[in-house]
Amino acid sequence: MSISLKNISKSYNKVNAVQNITFNVKQGELFGLIGPDGAGKTTLFRILTTLLIPSEGTASVAGFNVVNDYKSIRNNVGYMPGKFSLYQDLTVEENLDFFATIFGTTIEENYDLIKDIYIQIEPFKNRRAGKLSGGMKQKLALCCALIHKPKVLFLDEPTTGVDPVSRKEFWEMLKRLQQKGITILVSTPYMDEAELCDRIALIQDGKILEIDTPKAIVKHYPKPIYNVRANDMYQLLKSLNDYSHNHSVYPFGEFVHYTDSRSDFKPKELEQYLESKNLLDIIINKTAPTIEDTFMELAK
Amino acid sequence: MLPIIFVMPIIQLLILANAATFDVKNIKFGYVDYDHTTTSRALIEKFNASTYFNVLTNYPTEKFANNAILKGEVDVLITIPSYFERDLQVEKNNNIGVTINAIDGAAAGLENVYVTQIIQSFNKKLKIELMQPSDMQVQSINITTIPSFWYNKTLNYKTFMVPGILVLLVTMITLFLSGMNIVREKEIGTLEQINVTPIKKSQFIIGKLFPFWVIGLGLLTVGLIIAKLVFNVPMIGSLGLMYFYTSIYILVVLGIGLFISNFTDTQQQAMFIAWFFMVIFILMSGLFTPIESMPIWAQYITDFNPIKYFVEVMRMVMLKGSGFVDIIPQLLKTLLYAFIMNGLAVWSYKKTT
Repeated sequence: MSISLKNISKSYNKVNAVQNITFNVKQGELFGLIGPDGAGKTTLFRILTTLLIPSEGTASVAGFNVVNDYKSIRNNVGYMPGKFSLYQDLTVEENLDFFATIFGTTIEENYDLIKDIYIQIEPFKNRRAGKLSGGMKQKLALCCALIHKPKVLFLDEPTTGVDPVSRKEFWEMLKRLQQKGITILVSTPYMDEAELCDRIALIQDGKILEIDTPKAIVKHYPKPIYNVRANDMYQLLKSLNDYSHNHSVYPFGEFVHYTDSRSDFKPKELEQYLESKNLLDIIINKTAPTIEDTFMELAK
Repeated sequence: MLPIIFVMPIIQLLILANAATFDVKNIKFGYVDYDHTTTSRALIEKFNASTYFNVLTNYPTEKFANNAILKGEVDVLITIPSYFERDLQVEKNNNIGVTINAIDGAAAGLENVYVTQIIQSFNKKLKIELMQPSDMQVQSINITTIPSFWYNKTLNYKTFMVPGILVLLVTMITLFLSGMNIVREKEIGTLEQINVTPIKKSQFIIGKLFPFWVIGLGLLTVGLIIAKLVFNVPMIGSLGLMYFYTSIYILVVLGIGLFISNFTDTQQQAMFIAWFFMVIFILMSGLFTPIESMPIWAQYITDFNPIKYFVEVMRMVMLKGSGFVDIIPQLLKTLLYAFIMNGLAVWSYKKTT
């Protein structure tokens, strides 16, 4: 096991940030922690990167205990905090050189590992890190986290605040790193990114709701789910919420995701009800549940 | 940033050394002369001749004069009573009224001394003029003092102030820079990234503080050059000794700065705490007010003030030419202080959050 947590809890004064967390991440796995802001993702990262000492439980990273062998862990992991945290007044190259030196290595020694990523920011290597765009900052931060060839990579919300194209590129880079045998633990509030992970843990209010592959998690969704659409979104939501048989109603892009509490639900009945509420252009289709639907259902 | 670090202290040194004077000059002086005799006029003339007083106005009555004090037109008022000359000749003794505006207590004290000095010297002259042969036997023995000001012959306040202000600037810049430094890394998040690396505490702290140590010594150099070229402050003692002491002293300041940095979360907090100590250190350093005149408990507090030792050493070495042996007490205390502060700073810096 590359990362393993057993009954990890952490509380600040009386607030429980994470409670009783247990999971394992295999060698070379891309594992996602999915949850909203304040779910306890960053706390878990800080415990695993030895910045925080857990209140209870034990954890190990790359075979080292997070409390006793913290020095070995620091040599073997790369950590990219949620907030951009490189030296803004150093250039791209200086930052990379600085972190390489701290880890007692050089850029040349591990260049092949970061080559794919570094090549994209190399044209700007004399630019100060603070003057880079969001996507390029992420790439530089990833390079700095990889420069000492870590066994485990921790990425705390790496794509928050990054444009969709850079996000997609970033995930492609992670996939390539995974092929090089690096274990990656990544957290994200974006449900669409969850599907790109090997396994995910849904986390809310410091507790794990479910751990499985994205496909399996979606299969656990208990009810058929329907896309509902009409000419007036606000009226539609209001009417559906007033409908006596509803189980869940969530806006989802241009549709509303609707589930019914009855097992013998007939879409025709709902259509008639909505028509009676003066809605036009009503469309009701069955659709496949997504991770977001599952999360909403579990978080209820 | 680097130009600011050097330009601002230079401007401060140039302005403060010229402006922060303890001399009280251009005192607004008024008088009421009810006597109108040669003696009273001679006394007024004495004040007029003094460089400290600007003889402003002759008020007809005390009522007008008091009004002028109220309006702030007059700081010192002398009232010469009627029959001043006649009574002096008859009774060999007389009183004149002196009124001083004491809103600024320190200035009022000095003004009183000036007035007393002038009247005393006037007294002596009078005695000779009014003396009669029969008085010879009863005349008391007169003791006069001849002051000789060592180490600052002309009582030039710049000679006294420049080393002190130099001390202030070196301290201020190094304390603020080091105090802001680590807390700034906390704020922008780089500290978190550094903390997960295998870098050792001591390596990190030395790396953080060494640049400020160099900047502090650089500031001292610039300050000494200005002191010599612009203010022509005598430098009797050894420059090497000054640098040696300063290099240890800066360690104390950096330790304090780092300690502040470790216990604060934002630069704003660090700034407030740094200011809190800075103001106490400056006002209790003996730079502006002599430590000997502070209450006993306050004098004990000044023993914990590193600036006090630095001011003492700089003045001793620069003006008196003190050698290594003379500054050993200060040196030892500073060294001890440096060990304690840096020890606390390293101890309180944790690589966890």
